[in-house]
Amino acid sequence: MPQKPHKAKEPLFHIAKRDAIVWWKAWGIRIAAILIALVFSGVVSYLLTGENPLRIYAKMLEGAFGTQRRVWGLLQNLAMLLCVSVAVTPAFKMRFWNIGAEGQVLVGGLASAACMILLGDKLPNAVLLIVILAASILAGAVWAVIPAVFRAKWMTNETLFTLMMNYIAIQLVSFFVYKWSVPKGSGQVGVINRATHAGWLPVIGRYDYLLNILIVAAITFIMYVYLKYSKQGYEIAVVGESENTARYIGIPVQKVIIRTMLISGAICGIAGMLLVSGTDHTISRDTAAGRGFTAIMVSWLAKFNPIFMVLTSFLIAFLEKGATEISTAFGLNESFSDIITGIIIFFIIGCEFFIQYTVKFREKEAAK
Amino acid sequence: MSKAVKQKDAVPAIRLQNITKRFGSVVANDNVSLSVQHGQILSILGENGSGKTTLMNMIAGIYYPDHGQIFVDGKEVVIRSPKDAFQYGIGMIHQHFKLVDVFSATENIVLGLDEKEGFSLKRSAKRIMQISLQYGFDLDPDKKIYEMSVSEKQTVEILKVLYRGADILILDEPTAVLTPQETEKLFAVLRRMRDSGKAIIIITHKLHEVLSLSDQVAVLCKGRYIGTVNTAETNESELTEMMVGKKVSLNIARSEPKDPVDRLVVEGITCRNREGAEMLHDVSFTARSGEILGIAGIAGSGQRELLEAIAGLQHVDGRILYHNPKTGQTDDLRDKTPLQIRELGVRLSFVPEDRLGMGLVGNMDIVDNIMLRSYRKGKGMFLERKNPKSLAEKIIHDLEVVTPSANTPVRRLSGGNVQKVLVGREIAASPTVLMAAYPVRGLDINASFTIYNLLNQQKENGVAVIFVGEDLDVLLELCDRIMVISSGKIAGTVDARTATKEEIGLMMTKNSADHDRAQEGGAEHAAETA
Repeated sequence: MPQKPHKAKEPLFHIAKRDAIVWWKAWGIRIAAILIALVFSGVVSYLLTGENPLRIYAKMLEGAFGTQRRVWGLLQNLAMLLCVSVAVTPAFKMRFWNIGAEGQVLVGGLASAACMILLGDKLPNAVLLIVILAASILAGAVWAVIPAVFRAKWMTNETLFTLMMNYIAIQLVSFFVYKWSVPKGSGQVGVINRATHAGWLPVIGRYDYLLNILIVAAITFIMYVYLKYSKQGYEIAVVGESENTARYIGIPVQKVIIRTMLISGAICGIAGMLLVSGTDHTISRDTAAGRGFTAIMVSWLAKFNPIFMVLTSFLIAFLEKGATEISTAFGLNESFSDIITGIIIFFIIGCEFFIQYTVKFREKEAAK
Repeated sequence: MSKAVKQKDAVPAIRLQNITKRFGSVVANDNVSLSVQHGQILSILGENGSGKTTLMNMIAGIYYPDHGQIFVDGKEVVIRSPKDAFQYGIGMIHQHFKLVDVFSATENIVLGLDEKEGFSLKRSAKRIMQISLQYGFDLDPDKKIYEMSVSEKQTVEILKVLYRGADILILDEPTAVLTPQETEKLFAVLRRMRDSGKAIIIITHKLHEVLSLSDQVAVLCKGRYIGTVNTAETNESELTEMMVGKKVSLNIARSEPKDPVDRLVVEGITCRNREGAEMLHDVSFTARSGEILGIAGIAGSGQRELLEAIAGLQHVDGRILYHNPKTGQTDDLRDKTPLQIRELGVRLSFVPEDRLGMGLVGNMDIVDNIMLRSYRKGKGMFLERKNPKSLAEKIIHDLEVVTPSANTPVRRLSGGNVQKVLVGREIAASPTVLMAAYPVRGLDINASFTIYNLLNQQKENGVAVIFVGEDLDVLLELCDRIMVISSGKIAGTVDARTATKEEIGLMMTKNSADHDRAQEGGAEHAAETA
């Protein structure tokens, strides 16, 4: 005999897929999500610290925009994050789970550092810079193409492979940092060619980071055009959406995977060079500073559109700068800034659900 | 039991009232009301996309209706999950089986059950045998699913819901995967279940099945409920009229082939899948220009492998010879990539079975999908979207594709419109060989006829058309010759103008491998006991 369920009641709400949503509604949801996130993290920070949330947010703004130096710092962070994000984008658009950008940036940086140290006093600076650029591109591309070849030829799992390549890169850097450390055994390379500035990227006027920012802007724009208007970009999109369709239509899938990872790795290599030769003038295990992973989030949030990535990487760079500032200003644990960043990003990613789906509530009994 | 049937007669086993379900802006079911008595078979008839499956999924607890009520034995119920449905004695047999391949029939049937008497496969197997005996199923409870034929798997699915005590059975297009003989067997079982007081709902779009099996027919058209008629008081043309709203002639125009010449000669191709099982065995045939060659067979008999081998997507042994009408040359296409085939000047178009997974890219818009065939054209590294765009607009206009614009992602289009885009693109490449796998699957009658007309036009233009179909009526009316494939072997080729359905149905099961032979023996056995 069939048993009755405990309570015969219509569920309070159910979830239905939305049709295409108008753009202003989608942005409305996104802005609402950020506002709710700010209120929510305000409550959390009040409960945890007892500070006035408005003061906390003011400090965040100050941390990011307070002085001209901070603004440049923010722009530099934005540019570097954007560069790595743009680099991983073709791979992710192809649904190639390249989580090895961290390693690719590192080896790019390592190649730059090696050229600066070994060739610094042997070549004229212009030639040296070209050699540095070529070496970093090559290093990043090689690091990316190894897992790509294995994936294309033997269907290995690219996620694990690229992840493992990160550890090799980190250990390689550790080894050379020890080898080149000044003074010997200190475990730090220190500023390379401090006196001669050999292999340092030139500075435009008095603006330390301007050249970096311009280079990244150019790369971003080129990537946008490449993905949207070039035949190769079209092939990447087809392979990413459906390898079956790609094979059916005669796109050489293996070739596209390898070619795309070469490009992805090459740009990571450039990012490494911009960090070592353009910014830090030194190398350490932390040169990439987790950007290889953050970049994946930036790229997905922007739905693989390099122009939107300017916005999303600004958001992340701003949150990081601001959150670090409040940690120091209020004497809070460093993890506190991570909590705030986490809450805000959670809301931003979560709101995409409400753009895709809508919640329908139970109608009143009177409707029957 | 028969007493119970009589008592319940007044109260329908299940009654739906004003059920409405929307997906986004699409109304899948609009104010549908219908009911089934115990001891009755109700057919739900409607074209593809008329909302039959959606409606049944709401009874089975997979979807939840936006409006309306469901009554079981006269009492209003709320069905939020398949578990709720089972508690009300409702069991659904889905079109796509949900079975664990490496488990036996018994293991699949008791899977997920929490029986009070505890877990005993032996006792369960015994009960399964009892149920089988009662309704005349023929099943070995210890047989593993992967060793089973499609119809045996379906039997397991039906036993699964009977074992759980279902009084109301819903079958979603149960005959789609069966041969005519297997269909008859299934219908006999269903009649026996009806006689023992079960309420049965069967979804179908095949008119003759409706007429031979059911007591009542409920007709849906584009999500709306048209009406219920007693089967005894209706006929095919009345039902068709209800289904499509207007009388549609089922006659497909067919012209005589004009000077056919051999275009594609396939010689002894053999193909193995990844597990090493032979999917095609020594297949040879010829496709001629100006004629439509039909390929009939039970789904999964090697049709896909055959077409993919010709299209350069499958490694095979043997020869695939293409006679080029322009150069007069003959090329072997075997083991060439699709790109190499095109570079040889072979104009081969292919409408694959998996439209959005292979033929098109769902997330791309119509223009970008049209461009798939031609994006390489032109010098330079940049795409040229002007010609694809005007071609897309021409296809939208000529084939009456319903879409907001040429920049709409194809996954947002309905099945018929998706297919029009795909077929339109393949034909625009002006092929000499056109292969189409199940091109009208899931399409309504009007869209189907658009496709038939396109294929006929291609044939009249001298294209060698290869049409893989499942509906024998269509194959017999559309094609010139029909090749029957069975378990990867060619069972024979017949003249479509003179062949009969029964003839083809028999050939479809003829060449079957060993395990199918066992099943044939079983069929004889069932016939004897019945």
